[in-house]
Amino acid sequence: MCLALPARVVELMGNDLGVIDLGGVRKEVSLALLDDVAVGDYVIIHVGYALAKLDPEEAAKTLALFAEMAQAGA
Amino acid sequence: MKYVDEFRDGELAKGLAKAIAAEVAPRRDYSFMEFCGGHTHAISRYGVGDLLPPNVRMIHGPGCPVCVLPIGRMDLAIRLALDRGVILCTYGDTLRIPASNGLSLLKAKAGVGNIGNIGSTRGDIRMVYSTTDALNIAREHPGREVVFLAIGFETTTPPTALAILQAHREDLQNFSVLCNHVLTPAAITHILESPEVRQYGTVPLDGFIGPAHVSTVIGSRPYEYFAEEYRKPVVIAGFEPLDVMQAICMLVRQVNQGRAEVENEFSRAVTREGNLKAQRLVSNVFELRRSFEWRGLGEVPYSALQIRAGFARFDAERRYGLNYVPVPDNKACECGAILRGVKKPRDCKIFGTVCTPENPMGSCMVSSEGACAAHYSFGRHKDFSGDGGNS
Ligand code: SF4
Repeated sequence: MCLALPARVVELMGNDLGVIDLGGVRKEVSLALLDDVAVGDYVIIHVGYALAKLDPEEAAKTLALFAEMAQAGA
Repeated sequence: MKYVDEFRDGELAKGLAKAIAAEVAPRRDYSFMEFCGGHTHAISRYGVGDLLPPNVRMIHGPGCPVCVLPIGRMDLAIRLALDRGVILCTYGDTLRIPASNGLSLLKAKAGVGNIGNIGSTRGDIRMVYSTTDALNIAREHPGREVVFLAIGFETTTPPTALAILQAHREDLQNFSVLCNHVLTPAAITHILESPEVRQYGTVPLDGFIGPAHVSTVIGSRPYEYFAEEYRKPVVIAGFEPLDVMQAICMLVRQVNQGRAEVENEFSRAVTREGNLKAQRLVSNVFELRRSFEWRGLGEVPYSALQIRAGFARFDAERRYGLNYVPVPDNKACECGAILRGVKKPRDCKIFGTVCTPENPMGSCMVSSEGACAAHYSFGRHKDFSGDGGNS
């Protein structure tokens, strides 16, 4: 039950509700735990609530670090 | 899926495995505890253990909320459903947790098992995906009492807080919460203070992988205490296999360099402060419990939350005058020792024979994030038996 996935916000419905797209599946979730969510943001969904926003720049940095480490190790 | 697939790339995993192998000092052992059930799941599912050098060992910690819920708390929920006739709503994973007398919520729902002569024989027990579903059930059945069995660490607590605030706002008369929310830092402290770690050294512990989603809520700051006070490195990691491997590499480096710091591999979602809005909601609704019993760890002071007096009418414990009675675990079950990192699933005599995910004897076999279930389901027993295969 700890499993949670990053999903893209595709619609804001007001009242702290939004629709997310998770690999093609759309689902209504609560955005009440976050401020300033915009369409196109990626959020981490857990038990029907968005817990955190994903920072695309940080994600790119982490992926670049993996590649660098993997190269150094090879 | 974006932000998922890239973090599961097999080629990069091999490269990271080589990086870890290049980093470790051959003459010493490294033992790291992954606190969170989500990491246990990822490590088993993707065979991360198989990619690590033999002198790097992962120990499962007590971070699976299903696994740490003691029998006595399950009994409270079952009795509410059977004796008080409430509609009991809960997350799916709690349904199969073993309770007293061979019961579980699932059995109580089906009306099977030894439940004595009191009350009804079938409980109205409903699985919900979210607290909002539980609120809806309460709205739809104004003539019935609806109790939400709330479990989980800091990730599920904010949704429970929001549900209570919403019920308060609507003045919902028939809704309450049986609160079992527990706290990650308290459990880590308990492990670090345990005699196995402190005195006997039977559980060597060189550092922690900090939980992913819990940390999105509480931030990285609470772990600084462990780094400073106990000299244990903590690296917060995302849930994908590459995240875990990168975190292991960072931990190895810290150990090699004699550092004990909090590092954040999951910077794409975790900040030092965490989700302040969620923290505020939680502290509006909940306060610390003086003590709470954990399966495997026993009573742990200030390790769980209870509902504040201002929301007393939504507190099922107060509403129904519930009294907690501790119940010992099944004698054969080693969950307690497994949750403290002292034993491994394979050390349990009934692992995979009497105890399976279909018929769990202990709580570690219930959720796919439990140590026993993860190892049973993904057949990765190498790190346990040393037999080198998916036996
Ligand atoms: S295999 Fe089953 S009985 Fe044994 S420790 Fe694990 S959960 Fe408990």
